[in-house]
Amino acid sequence: MLGKYDLSTIWQFMLDRVDEITELTLEHIGVVLLSLAFASIIGVGIGLLVWNKPVSRSFAVASTGVILTIPSMALLAMMIPVFGLGWVPTVIALSLYSLLPIVRNTVVGLREVSPAVMESATGMGMSKFRVLMQVQFPIAWPVILTGLRVATQLAVGIAAIAAYVAGPGLGEYIFKGLSMLGAIHALNFALVGTLLIVIIALTFDAIFILISRYTTSKGIRA
Amino acid sequence: MPNSNTTSGASIELLNVTKQYPNQDQAAVENFSMKINPGELIMLVGPSGCGKTTTMKMINRIIEPTSGSITIDGEDVLSLDQNTLRRRIGYVIQQIGLFPHMTIAENVSVVPKLLGWSKEKTAARVEELLSVVELDPKTFLNRYPKQLSGGQQQRVGVARALAADPPVMLMDEPFGATDPITREKLQAEFLRLQESIGKTIVFVTHDFDEAIKLGDRIAVLGPKSKIEQFDTPAKILANPASTYVSSFIGEGAALKRLALLLVGNTKMGAASKAHAKAGTVKVSDNLREALDRIVLAGGNTIGVQDASGAAVGSLSIEQISEALGADVSALGK
Repeated sequence: MLGKYDLSTIWQFMLDRVDEITELTLEHIGVVLLSLAFASIIGVGIGLLVWNKPVSRSFAVASTGVILTIPSMALLAMMIPVFGLGWVPTVIALSLYSLLPIVRNTVVGLREVSPAVMESATGMGMSKFRVLMQVQFPIAWPVILTGLRVATQLAVGIAAIAAYVAGPGLGEYIFKGLSMLGAIHALNFALVGTLLIVIIALTFDAIFILISRYTTSKGIRA
Repeated sequence: MPNSNTTSGASIELLNVTKQYPNQDQAAVENFSMKINPGELIMLVGPSGCGKTTTMKMINRIIEPTSGSITIDGEDVLSLDQNTLRRRIGYVIQQIGLFPHMTIAENVSVVPKLLGWSKEKTAARVEELLSVVELDPKTFLNRYPKQLSGGQQQRVGVARALAADPPVMLMDEPFGATDPITREKLQAEFLRLQESIGKTIVFVTHDFDEAIKLGDRIAVLGPKSKIEQFDTPAKILANPASTYVSSFIGEGAALKRLALLLVGNTKMGAASKAHAKAGTVKVSDNLREALDRIVLAGGNTIGVQDASGAAVGSLSIEQISEALGADVSALGK
């Protein structure tokens, strides 16, 4: 019963399990970073390929959007027969969910570059590839980075559900807590899992602010 | 200031150049032919939509011609690699298009870097060019475009186009987006610059007064880039080839012509103190300015001074009219 819950027990609870909690936290961070790495390469790659092709562009944004509407529990469950349990289905699912913000922001960012800037770049004798990589991409970078940031927040949250397929991370504590509701420590498990996920999310956000500061040209910083 | 080893202009020849867009009944540019001499500043003037910009952009193949040939110094433009070609042609557009994420120095270095110049050579060239367009290198090298005013940005645009010392420059209404005072200043600077570098320049504008002020020759264009008249500003003003051209010149053709004539080249009367009292002009002033002074002097004859301020003659309203008349008959031959 909630009425009986004593918040002070949480410290002792955490101290008793400090090794396990550290491991789960690192796993959680690891699975997010790994998924994000895949999603960035694929998502930014798709964005670079389709930004100027209306049909492929709509298809890419729409289909990554559809993925995001699949309930995470369902997507994970669907992966079990193919990929089994653990890290593999988790990383695949998280990568898929992260695609939409990354693809969309890459496309939007590249398309927002002023036509005059593109024309003068072309007029000076830059090849299409050079214009894309040396002019468009750096100008679009803050927008693309925002996409990565949103994708990271999304992945940190959804990673908790990966415990459902025996995936890595703090979701394990939340599920454990929920399954033993009423028992001693049930709430401690759920609370510790949730709080640490929030802290991870906030830390990632802070890191992104720093990255954005140091990788965006002064000339286009707001 | 500009050095002596500047590459001067190349000749350009367009022959029966046509641009036909698919799904359009009418050609955007039809059978356009023009010969441009090395070092000439050619103005393409016409109303919006007449195809003047399309014509210019076919020279660096931002727009590919449908048919016809374009040569620069006898070399066929259409057979060259696009990017190689463009690195040899300076390009300035109205919206300037500076790269916002690069400093001024980086912006100006773009083409030298593409051409593989050494760091030292590029840096020296960038400093030289900023001085040429009257921007202090120390102040501006490390600034970003957004920290500059419109006029300063346009100067950087010109410097960037001149970076690799191209023989040909294409300019698409480069001063169109600036306020009138800045525009006059940029135009005057640009004329002075062109005097020392002698590039072959194709300059697109819809402003006939700008064309008169800057152009060695002006091509007045009608629909589909048809050349209505192609001649020096003075001759177009004196003898417009058609009513279309006259309508483009607008009111005050005589006054515009006066602006092209210098007091020093006009037949003057004898110098006298009385005339000088009414008002004075310098030999380097134009007749439009002289007329202005005469009107303010109540129509009286005014004195003319040389650069040092010494009286060298006098100028009456009759002499100004005569200068226009004489000019016309001289052109008739």
